[in-house]
Amino acid sequence: MSDHDHHHHDDDHDHDDHDHEHDDDLVARRNALRAEALESILVERGLVQADLIDTIVARFEQDIGPLNGTKLVARAWIDPAFRARFVADAWAAAEELGLATGPGHTPIVVLENGPAVHNVVVCTLCSCYPSALLGLPPTWYKSPPYRSRVVREPRVVLHEMGVDLASDVDVRVWDSSAEVRYMVLPERPAGTDGWSEVQLASLITRDALIGVARPAVPNA
Amino acid sequence: MNGIHDLGGMHGFGPVAVERDEPVFHGRWEGRVLGMVYQMVGFGWLNIDAFRHGIERTPPVEYLRLGYYGRWLASLERVLVERGVLAPRQVDARCDGTIIPAPPLPALPDTMAGPFERTLERTPRFQVGDPVRVQVASPAGHTRLPRYVAGRRGIVTRLHAAYVYPDTNAHDRGEDPQHLYNVRFDATELWGDAGEAGAHLHLDLFEPYLESA
Repeated sequence: MSDHDHHHHDDDHDHDDHDHEHDDDLVARRNALRAEALESILVERGLVQADLIDTIVARFEQDIGPLNGTKLVARAWIDPAFRARFVADAWAAAEELGLATGPGHTPIVVLENGPAVHNVVVCTLCSCYPSALLGLPPTWYKSPPYRSRVVREPRVVLHEMGVDLASDVDVRVWDSSAEVRYMVLPERPAGTDGWSEVQLASLITRDALIGVARPAVPNA
Repeated sequence: MNGIHDLGGMHGFGPVAVERDEPVFHGRWEGRVLGMVYQMVGFGWLNIDAFRHGIERTPPVEYLRLGYYGRWLASLERVLVERGVLAPRQVDARCDGTIIPAPPLPALPDTMAGPFERTLERTPRFQVGDPVRVQVASPAGHTRLPRYVAGRRGIVTRLHAAYVYPDTNAHDRGEDPQHLYNVRFDATELWGDAGEAGAHLHLDLFEPYLESA
């Protein structure tokens, strides 16, 4: 099973990190075994189609991802009318750019960051995220440290993740506690006048769309 | 329910560990689990609220140990056993190479895969700008009311559409659609002196969670 086979199941239990890694390994093996067993049962019963799993996985690995968000934000930065449409209806704007993935989506609210307001998104109860547009959330977003802390000490967490905010900035933490999803429209960085849409999109990261990073010009 | 999943505000989990250039899935099995859950929910064998409640009922130590897709897998198995789609221990038997016969398939429950927005005739009880207080309750079942806002006062900042009510839908007690509001809280209202100056929390809360303040 994958690249973890080199771990020896020895008696070295006196090192915490080692034990932790060891435990993660065992849990992953158990999960993989049970997943395979469950899939074989559900496929036999005709409840799940194995090739449809392949299709779903491929969509998230290849088609749906943060790239969609970078395109929307870059266009919003250069086109104020598009920006207004994007903020009013994220899915309509996505459709306009050919990024929408079918009807019946969970609504997405676009949160505009600015000099006086910084928005950041979390889901404390599970890991709700605008996945249909931006792909699956990163592991840290789903992890207990982020989910427990960003609602209680957002400035500290943002600082640790590389975003320092002036004390007069209104920090707004959006806990996605129902079937509405949130994404951040970050500020366009200074020093990008005259940049093309493609150049601008290259500055935008997935983390900026969550609100834990700010787009910046490299070496600026 | 007051479960381990309700993490908002807890201490002790340490720093946020960011993995650079993280892959979409860390092992093939994670994608298989996601694909199974999307299909079982999509075809109506369990609704998303029942699935979330299955995750929440993972015992706390196991919840933290299993990891994200491990919890998905545990919930899928748990709920499918409860609904009679799987026999108890059928997956264990398959893992061990023994056989526990599958039960006859139950009727497909009348469940919607989404969207969850609904039209509601009755008018919303609150408007934007209204001060509200969140109810204090500890239901044993599923709810989307995080503990850290229970009893706290905030201001309605948005009136969303009406949505299927997770508190009933998770237990197959019907959709019971409710108006959904976004409510803004001062950090100090939630955390007292430990609240950061100039920080606010925004949560989406269903009408039954709220009262006038």
